[in-house]
Parts: sequence; structure tokens; C-alpha cells
Amino acid sequence: MAEEALELGIIQCDFKKKAMEAIPGGGNLDMCFACGTCVSGCPATGLADMDPRKFLRMILLGLDEEATKSPWVWMCTGCQRCIYACPMEIDIPRLVYLARASWPREERPKGIRGSCDMALRNDSGSAMGASPEDFQFVVEDVLEEVKDTQKGWDNLEAPIDKKGAEFFINQNSREPVTEPDELIPLWKILNIVGADWTYGSKGWAAENYCMFLADDKSWEHVTRTSIMQAQELGCKVYLNTE
Amino acid sequence: MTFSVLEGLRKFNIPCKIPVKSIYEYYAKWIREGKLPVNSDWNKDLKLKFTVQDPCQIIRKSYGDPIAEDLRFVVKSLVGEENFIEMWPNRSNNFCCGGGGGFLQSGYTEARYAYGKIKFDQIVATGADYCVAACHNCHAQIHDIAHHFEGKYMTVHLWTLIGLSLGILGPNEREYLGDELKGLNMPEE
Repeated sequence: MAEEALELGIIQCDFKKKAMEAIPGGGNLDMCFACGTCVSGCPATGLADMDPRKFLRMILLGLDEEATKSPWVWMCTGCQRCIYACPMEIDIPRLVYLARASWPREERPKGIRGSCDMALRNDSGSAMGASPEDFQFVVEDVLEEVKDTQKGWDNLEAPIDKKGAEFFINQNSREPVTEPDELIPLWKILNIVGADWTYGSKGWAAENYCMFLADDKSWEHVTRTSIMQAQELGCKVYLNTE
Repeated sequence: MTFSVLEGLRKFNIPCKIPVKSIYEYYAKWIREGKLPVNSDWNKDLKLKFTVQDPCQIIRKSYGDPIAEDLRFVVKSLVGEENFIEMWPNRSNNFCCGGGGGFLQSGYTEARYAYGKIKFDQIVATGADYCVAACHNCHAQIHDIAHHFEGKYMTVHLWTLIGLSLGILGPNEREYLGDELKGLNMPEE
């Protein structure tokens, strides 16, 4: 005897509807051929029993909870190789971002959340929590040591908040916090080319874990603080070192 | 992080009147203008082989192939064209290393290694002694997967190679260089 048919109910696709409103141009979510080009080109394929096509198809079927709550959304790096390869340019990375954002903040991975929270502690934007004072101390200390111990670098500079400098330069926290000697080669290069540059006491940190956390408000705060500092100092170019 | 800035400006309508650039472009410009007089003489006899990681967030997601060409011009100027080997695929079609998107901090370490195996194999297939990784997430991940999968390649920042070529790299600025380069092209004491 045949089993009773499954009652599927009305497919709501709430997440899909929300996503199509949030993604610029709608993300072409309805245009999937199911060709699998994204799957074969994605290093996250198979992790957590998921892949980009499966993720998209589940969303299109209204399996919102099953798709968005998969740990896979934290294993996709948002590298955009899927959208680069996709014949219909379906915006899977932004869909994954929105899935991340659908998790209650306190349930998102602790490491990413902690790094974002560190960046919110002060104006540095540093995922390692280094304050503007810490940064200034390290920069001055390292600079002094180079001048004392290495020949020919009496004119070496590492300015912070220099008004009107051409370049506003950011720096990953890893250098000042864990390997300060790695700051030096860049300073020497900038000195040799005669660049007029500065760090900012606000927004000197280059990294932004709040974006990875899919925390819009905090991501905006970190980016805005840095960009505003560059403009307030009258810098001409915002120069990323990574 | 270049992409977080560019995408953040767009997404949140942050007013920004100045251009947001990558230092790769300026390294290339300064070399072309003669302001950064690098050369690959130090590698003439050593013939160490180098490959380069195209960081997704700077190449595919931000400036595309033109900046990948700048990156290659810089690396080739530093190590010699004959000592440069491409990973395949590359440029805008490159594989992500698996260090992006917060993966390094997510706690899913085994999944991150499984993801990174593709990058590891890609680097090993070049036979390169060094992989240039001028993005901190890429650097951390490529360094870590070499250790995890017991690879022999070294992972190096771009500024280290520029400093090495110019003979301005102090003894404490050689953390990511192998033994054969620890004492090469040392500045005068």
C-alpha cells in the first residue's frame, strides 16, 4: 500500500524574498540552471554536506532553516569564485552573508565575534583590541630602535595623524601586536620612494572582522571611522597595505 | 582589508572623496618610475623559485586582473622572470586559500584545512620554494597549511622581498625567509 503523500504546504520562500530585496539587482537568484559550475569550482564544496548549488536550491525550495543554519555558511569564505564562474552571475556570496546575518549574534562563531567586539572597544578598529595609545607606543618604540641600531636611517619616519599627508596607510594589527619588526620594511620602502604618508590614530587597523561576522552596524562603524580619519587629515589617497 | 573598505563604502553610502587603492599598484608604479630601484641580482645564482597568491579580496573582488598584473610585475622584478612560476588557475580565476571570510577565527579548523588542501596542492604543483602572500589572511592560511600538510615551501610578505632586493632588510626583519636568505644582502652594520 502506498504511503500517504507528504503534506508540503505552501512554500513560503521567506528568506529568498528577503534576500532578493537586500541584494543589489536581486542577485539573479531565480536564474539558476542547476548546471553545477559553481560546485565544481568551489573549495568549500562537500564541507558540512553542502555546496553552493545545494545551498541556493534549498533556499529556492523554501528550506530556509535547513540552509541558513548550516555551519557551511561559515565555511564559505565569500571568495566570489562561484559568481565569477556562474553564467547567470547569481550572487551566492551575498546570500551566504545574509544567512550569516540571520543567526542571533551570540550564536555566531565566538572567534569571529570576539575579533569584531575587540574592534569596537576603541577607535583603532583593531581585531586584537590594541588602543590608539598602544599603537603609538609600539610605532615610536620600534622607530627609535631602528634609528639606534641600524645605520643610515636617521630620517626614517612613521607618522601618526600627519595632516595633509598624501597617503593614509592602514596596517594589520598582527604587526604592531605580535611581530613589530615586520613594520620596518614597509617604513623603509616608503622612505626610499619619498612618500608623504601617515597612519591614523583612529582607524589605523586594516582588518575588519565585523564584515565576516555579518554585523552591518559594526562593519560600517569600523570602515567609517577609518575613512573619516583619512579625510579629516586631508589625505589624498586611502592606501590599503593588504 | 581592501574589500571591506570598498564594499563598506558602497553598502553603507559612506561619503568618501578620496580614492581607495591597493599598495600593489604603488609598488609597481614606484618600480616603473625608478623610485624603488629593485632588481633580482641576488637570485641570479640561487635561482630560488617563487609563486604568487592572488588574494580574492584584492584581485577578483576589488580591482580585477589589472592589479594582478601589477602584482606580477613587482614579483618578477624582485625574483627574476625566469624564477617565477604561476599557480593554475590564477588571477581573477584563482582559488581562495581558505583564510578569508573569518575562516581562520571561525573554530572550524578541520574544515579550513580540507578547504586549504586545494591551495596547498596548487602551490606544491608549482615546485616553488616560496609563495608570496601579500594579504594577511592569505599569509596566515598559506603558512599554516604548509605546516599542517608538511609542505616545504615558505610563505613571504611582499615587503620582505622588496627589502631583501634593496639590501635594507635588518636581521630581525627576516622571520619569513629561509636559512639560505637569512644572511643574504645584509645592510652594513
